[in-house]
Amino acid sequence: MSTNIGVVMFPGSNCDYDALEAVQAFGATAHILWHNTEDLSNIDAVILPGGFSYGDYLRPGALARFSAIIGQVKKFAALGGPVVGICNGFQVLTEAGLLPGVLQKNKGLKFICDNIKVKVEADSVLTHDAQRGSILEIPISHFEGNFTCDYATLEELESQDRIILRYEDNPNGSMGDIAGICNKQRNVVGLMPHPERAYNSIIGSGDGEILIKSLLNSASIFSDSK
Amino acid sequence: MKFDAMVEVKLRPGIADPQGATIERALPALGFEEVSGVRVGKAFRFQIDAQDVGAAAEVIDEMCKRLLANPVIEDSLVIELNPIDG
Repeated sequence: MSTNIGVVMFPGSNCDYDALEAVQAFGATAHILWHNTEDLSNIDAVILPGGFSYGDYLRPGALARFSAIIGQVKKFAALGGPVVGICNGFQVLTEAGLLPGVLQKNKGLKFICDNIKVKVEADSVLTHDAQRGSILEIPISHFEGNFTCDYATLEELESQDRIILRYEDNPNGSMGDIAGICNKQRNVVGLMPHPERAYNSIIGSGDGEILIKSLLNSASIFSDSK
Repeated sequence: MKFDAMVEVKLRPGIADPQGATIERALPALGFEEVSGVRVGKAFRFQIDAQDVGAAAEVIDEMCKRLLANPVIEDSLVIELNPIDG
C-alpha cells in the first residue's frame, strides 16, 4: 500500500510541488496541506518545504510557526511521525522549537545557489537507508543557512550523534559544518540542502534519491505502527 | 494609559554578525576610519495600552520573548516608553 506524504503549503512556500513530485516519483501518494489544515490522521510523513513562508518577515520561519498546522505537526512528531523540514522548513522547525538552534545569515552575506557535497553522518528518518560516511551531491539555495547555537547545544548534538549531514566544504559559516540535524527521537529532521531537487540524474543529481526513499520507508513503518 | 514604545532587538554578544562586519569593513572606504564594533539590529515602534509603565514593560518583555526576538541569538531592550499626552 502506498504511503501518504503531506507537503505543507504556507503563503510563500515555493518548493512544495518539487517535494510533491519527488515523493510521487518513488510511488508515494502526496497531498498538499494548506497551512490551516487541522487533520493529519491519514498522513504518514510531513514535509515542510523550502521557500519564503510569510515573506520571511521578522525572521525566516518566525511567523509560519503560528499556523494551525504547526500545532498538528507537533502532535504528529510526538507520536513518532516522520517530519522533514527542508531549507525554509528547517528554519520553521527551529522557530517552532522542534529543533534547536537558528539559521543565521550566511557568512559573506551572499545568497548561495550551488551544488554542494554533504557527508552522511548519522541515522534519522531521512538518512536511514544511506550509508554513513557516504558523500551526496545535493543543491543548496539559501541566504540564511548558517546554523548557529550555543556551545552547550552543539556539544549535545555531537554527543547524541544528531548531526545527520555535514558540508564537505562549508559554504555558509555553519557551526560544526552542520547541513542537517535531527531531534533525539530521530523522527524530526531539518536540513538546508534540497534532496527533492536531486532525486533523478536527469535534473542534475540523483543523490537525493536515497534520502527520499529513506523518508518513504520511515513513513511506511510509521503507518504500520498506527 | 497609552504609551509610545520603542524596542531594540540585537544579536547577543559573541554571536557572529555578518551584516555588521560587512558595514564595518565598508565605512573606512568613505573615510570613517574611527568606527569599530558595528552590530546590526532591529527597532520596533508601537503604541501600547497599560495601567502604568511597569505593566507596559512587562507585556513588552513577554512580546519580545515570544515573537520579536529569537532568544537563541537575540536580546531585547526597551529604548523608549513614554506616556502619550491626553
